[in-house]
Amino acid sequence: MSAPEVVVCDPKPLSFRQRLYLFEVAKGLAVTLRHFLGNLFARKYTVTVEWPEVKRQYSERLRGKHILLAKPDGSPRCVACYMCEEACPAECIHIEAEEDLASASVEYEKRPKVFTIDLLRCVYCGFCVDACPKEAIVMSRTHEMAFAGRDEAIVGLEELLQKGPYEKLDLGYRPYYGVARTRVELPIPVKPADRTLGESTSAAR
Amino acid sequence: MNGESMENRKETLAAIRVAFPDGGGVVELPGGDVQSFRVDRAVLLEFARHLKTDPKLDFKLLADVCGVDYPGREARFEVVYHLASLEHGRRLRLKVPVREDDAVVPSVYGVWKAADWFEREAYDLFGIRFEGHPNLKRILCHAAFRGHALRKDYDPGQRWLLREGEQDEPAWARESQEDEDHFETQVLNFGPSHPATHGTLRTVVRLDGEVITRAEVEIGYLHRCFEKMAEGHTWNQVIPYTDRLNYCSAMMNGVGYALAVEKMLGVEAPPRAQVIRLILSELSRIMDHIIDVGANLNDLGAMTPFLYMYQAREEMYSVLEACCGSRLTMSYVRIGGLSHDLPEDFVESVRFLLKRIPKLVDEMETLITQNRIFRDRTEGIGKISADDAVDWGWTGPCLRATGVAYDVRKAYPYLGYETYDFKVPIAHAGDTYARYLVRVEEMRQSLSIVEQALARLEPGPIITDNHNVALPPKEEVYTEMESLIWHFKLIMEGMKVPAGDAYGFTEAANGELGYYIVSDGGGKPYRIKVRPPCFAIFQAFPHILEGHMVSDTVAFMSSLNVIAGELDR
Repeated sequence: MSAPEVVVCDPKPLSFRQRLYLFEVAKGLAVTLRHFLGNLFARKYTVTVEWPEVKRQYSERLRGKHILLAKPDGSPRCVACYMCEEACPAECIHIEAEEDLASASVEYEKRPKVFTIDLLRCVYCGFCVDACPKEAIVMSRTHEMAFAGRDEAIVGLEELLQKGPYEKLDLGYRPYYGVARTRVELPIPVKPADRTLGESTSAAR
Repeated sequence: MNGESMENRKETLAAIRVAFPDGGGVVELPGGDVQSFRVDRAVLLEFARHLKTDPKLDFKLLADVCGVDYPGREARFEVVYHLASLEHGRRLRLKVPVREDDAVVPSVYGVWKAADWFEREAYDLFGIRFEGHPNLKRILCHAAFRGHALRKDYDPGQRWLLREGEQDEPAWARESQEDEDHFETQVLNFGPSHPATHGTLRTVVRLDGEVITRAEVEIGYLHRCFEKMAEGHTWNQVIPYTDRLNYCSAMMNGVGYALAVEKMLGVEAPPRAQVIRLILSELSRIMDHIIDVGANLNDLGAMTPFLYMYQAREEMYSVLEACCGSRLTMSYVRIGGLSHDLPEDFVESVRFLLKRIPKLVDEMETLITQNRIFRDRTEGIGKISADDAVDWGWTGPCLRATGVAYDVRKAYPYLGYETYDFKVPIAHAGDTYARYLVRVEEMRQSLSIVEQALARLEPGPIITDNHNVALPPKEEVYTEMESLIWHFKLIMEGMKVPAGDAYGFTEAANGELGYYIVSDGGGKPYRIKVRPPCFAIFQAFPHILEGHMVSDTVAFMSSLNVIAGELDR
């Protein structure tokens, strides 16, 4: 095996100045002082978010709490094909199917009678979204969830099914069509106005 | 990937046949990704010694020992050893079959110290006894655990409760050591939940005053038997589990796993996906080193650089989150490519980071590198020689800090690393300070790799179009019958990986991350063995610790970058 090119980074001996320590203290203080002043007046170096008053805008791919999308008539798009249940590595999805008698089209012959997700078991990997052949399950950007008990974390159709135009749903991770839809935006905007969602701004002020 | 030719195999075989002629208990197995031998356990020890000491073979690094259970075979268990020769750049796999009613194999601890914990793990999870092992007891499961979890007939639904007073206690902890010279001997538990362990690890130390005279480590507090769970899931479903191995650099675990499975499938990710994997892996490496260096400094009382460096880490997490939708547990890699294409301003964002990170690293270096206090506290602490480090199975920055320039990216390039211009940082002291220096330099090298990779980012597909492996594009699934069938088949049954075994290894932030994968041709892995780099590194910890002061434990431990998620699996 030919030896790879190396950089030898053995310790350099301390110079007399460094040994004296005083100059080094001044040098170090200069660094910390620059950070301190930069943060005090310009928030130049900090990426801290003053949560929960200020909330960060996450990317459009954030994998948060699931949403079951609805058809225009308000019933779930889901056809109870069990794909997401199969694909789930955490086994947190449970579906029971029934005949969809009300449906006018042959496209929808079944619908979910029971559709529950255990949000405490879920690992938010997004595999259910990848598996869905009907784009019925997607993920939102809601990631702040708290439950008083384990039962509360098992959510059913009534909580997961979201109606209304997509723009209002704060959609996160969705199927991929080959077009980038999201931005990184660096440096992370630090002014509250840039990164606060509409509703939480009003709540904070 | 393994860089070995037929000539190499012939040379190795010839060197083996000198001492072990045909019929001497060593049989070469045909084919395979790595040259493999079936070894009779009666000659194992002798053979192991020959492999290590013969200069033509020089297999000094024992990378991995693991068991595999084949209930249908006459010899039910197989102990698999993975060896590497750093001198000749060769790899070797030994398979030792044993029967269930006589599951005993001689321990190779006397040949390679690296076998210590790996053999204990095989004993714990398969019940294979290693004769001559100095401390053969359970390692990942607790003392009250019954049965052997990775045996195929073990029911994973069982629960075993460890009660108060049943914890594992080293025998020497109860012995009295006090005499007229040593009258202040005491036994101390460092951890399991101690702020400086950065995870749940327990170190039992015996002190003579302030000096540690004996130490032993207990791990397994975060054990969830990832390997058993993997056997019950399809190949793709394992990916979210790999994120939780080394959670400080989750991307690299997924990449390593995907590369190992792709090697078995004979599939390659498209060029764009490879470049993206490389960029994000290198960013993850920087993040991992930031955490390690930062935590090490933090433990020594230097909070400032830790917080400064975390700004860069936060911004890197923003990039990762925009790529795949999650900051820590990424699940971005798929077998055959990636799940999503990059966000539109990815290149600008990474260029921003390329400008920002060096400034922060420089600032940290101003504060720390020539700081007398830091150097006094870290120089000579946790010192290990190059030979010992290899013997213990060390890889990665910790090994490079002893002067061994072994880097998987250079020795067995993957993802096209051979086409990038970078150097391997090494130091010679082998102590905590040397590890710090190597990591800092490695961050700079990684930045240079990322910069080169950005220039190669060409538009193109990000996942293979082989529908035996990757899900078809969504718009086809919605409209075409055939794609829908592929989609259903892949999700219901999983992809079919050809029967056989392979060892895929990559350079993760801590060292060589290996996946030994056995497939029976079905939609689920038959066996996945992870070779976590810090497992090998940490097993040497209690031995090196002896003779140090208590306060040095902290400096030493965090410089090893022990990640409990990876250590305990």
